[in-house]
Amino acid sequence: MNILELKDVSRAFGAVKALQDVDLTVGQGEWLAIMGPSGSGKTTMMNIIGCMDKPTTGSVILDGVDISKESSKSLTTIRRDKIGLIFQQFHLVNYLTALENVMVAQYYHSLPDQEEALEALERVGLSHRARHLPSQLSGGEQQRVCIARALINHPSLILADEPTGNLDEANEVMVLDIFKQLHSEGSTLIVVTHDPEVAEDAQKTVVLEHGRISSKR
Amino acid sequence: MFWRMVAGTLFRQSRKMLLIALTIALGASLATAMLNVMLGVGEKVNRELKTFGANITIVPRDASLIQDLYEVEGDEALPVSYLQESELGSIKTIFWAHNIVDFAPYFTTTVQVDGQNDSSISLTGTWFSQHLSLPTGEEVDTGMRNLRSWWEVTGAWADDAQDGSAMLGAVVAERWGLAVGDTFTVSGTEGRSRELTVVGIFSAGSDEDERIFVPLATAQDLADKTGLVSSIEVSALTTPDNELAQRAAQNIKALSQQEYETWYCTAYVSAICYQLDEVITDGAARPVRQVAQSEGAILEKTQLLMLLITILSLVGAALGISNLVTASVMERGREIGLLKAIGAYDGAVLRLVLAEILIACVLGGIVGYFAGLGFAQIIAQTVFSSDIEINSLVPPIVAVLVVLVTLAGSVPSIRLLLSLHPAEVLHGR
Repeated sequence: MNILELKDVSRAFGAVKALQDVDLTVGQGEWLAIMGPSGSGKTTMMNIIGCMDKPTTGSVILDGVDISKESSKSLTTIRRDKIGLIFQQFHLVNYLTALENVMVAQYYHSLPDQEEALEALERVGLSHRARHLPSQLSGGEQQRVCIARALINHPSLILADEPTGNLDEANEVMVLDIFKQLHSEGSTLIVVTHDPEVAEDAQKTVVLEHGRISSKR
Repeated sequence: MFWRMVAGTLFRQSRKMLLIALTIALGASLATAMLNVMLGVGEKVNRELKTFGANITIVPRDASLIQDLYEVEGDEALPVSYLQESELGSIKTIFWAHNIVDFAPYFTTTVQVDGQNDSSISLTGTWFSQHLSLPTGEEVDTGMRNLRSWWEVTGAWADDAQDGSAMLGAVVAERWGLAVGDTFTVSGTEGRSRELTVVGIFSAGSDEDERIFVPLATAQDLADKTGLVSSIEVSALTTPDNELAQRAAQNIKALSQQEYETWYCTAYVSAICYQLDEVITDGAARPVRQVAQSEGAILEKTQLLMLLITILSLVGAALGISNLVTASVMERGREIGLLKAIGAYDGAVLRLVLAEILIACVLGGIVGYFAGLGFAQIIAQTVFSSDIEINSLVPPIVAVLVVLVTLAGSVPSIRLLLSLHPAEVLHGR
């Protein structure tokens, strides 16, 4: 069963065509890596899959719903309920502790539950740093808080944009181990990366060039 | 979680929030000060304006008719009848007695001055500074001295108890070569003569400079009219005329019973005149229109000026808040984008940002309100040399203004916030 299906998806910014006629399917529990050089359209594709942007033409079916026709408010609801976002820059709220950063996602989804948030941090090995502010955490720790936040609402799809781009090797391994564990538990993962080592662990890889899929593995 | 996030912003962006609070505090303090002064200024401005003389004159009814028929004023319409000196105390017994600041009776007669070529000259008897013990038990000090506060007097003011003392207008004093301490003799129309001593020479800047002022009893004695006065000047605190007062002045009988009671129980100059007519036998009280209208106009303009200052201060505060909040939202663009990305609707983010700003503004408003009370007292002491009453209407008005100014100042930042797309801010576009 496919959780995501892109049909003839194009996205243009004025005269610039960031994505052109992209077709892609991702099955339930699959781990897909999206690769490509800078400017190839990786981030545009991630924004569209992540319900933060809409295609100019084509359709995007996520969990049976064509999100290309949804309103901005509906996209927010879909993003909240179905997608867990992991960013290269972590994007933690700097005045909230690690625990509170996880609870923020719960707050906007349903109700904050401190115990559940602590469990999510435990899962990424950070329960002992729950009361620390982002400024008191290392880059790897911040990324793990970001992963815990993405997981807290049990999303259908985990979408990671260059998750290891700002990490040293030790932390990169740690993050990839978490991804492997998530995948083994049945989570669907889409990881945008330009790092072949990160892509190696994925079941499927697509390479973007000039807004088109140049190869699939 | 909501309040945790609000508190986090308040404490961790304390400098910016402090600036927002300070901006609203400044606006609120000015608004509080101006509104308190504006609402309490009526009586004070009225009292200040009373230093420029009387605003009501009472003359015998027949003299009033002559004034109406021939449109003359003052001494040109010399009365053929008189008012009773014994009724003067009744002026302080009318409904608006507390609004009567001062009054003075006048008895004007024509006299000849021995040794001078002038054919005749006006001599006016008055109360300079009289103490009255009213039947009501009230003690009152009144007289012309307070009604002519702008006179420049060389020597001293005449004493009511000192029969034969006189104050000369500067023009006649110079013409006759008289100085303080000199004596001169006057002869009244009834053939009575009196020797007067110059105790003071005044400069009024009007035709009064060609008159002699003496204690009331001295003038009455010269004319053989003991116990009579020819006119009374009254200085009263009045409320500016409105449509009801104007209709009452035209025809009091045209008012309904309710309108009549409203008019009678409001300190309109026409209502006070009406009440004076009730206590002075055969007297006709009428407003000195120019003074009464000027007082109303000055009061209205003073209040308008304060209202404009209030509005401008609030507009300034709104602009300040607008800049600060917009800068804050821009600085927090990524944070707001993230909240939207993880599922916050625009309304939820809006509530968060507005709650933070409103808390800062309410705190600033409270500080500003109390600072404004201090400013109001400083203004009252500096301008009116007295305290000003704290008006209970001001706190709710200032509270509403603070909220409105905060919301108005937040409009640009709200628009910016709504236009933020998570994909753009999170990827630094």
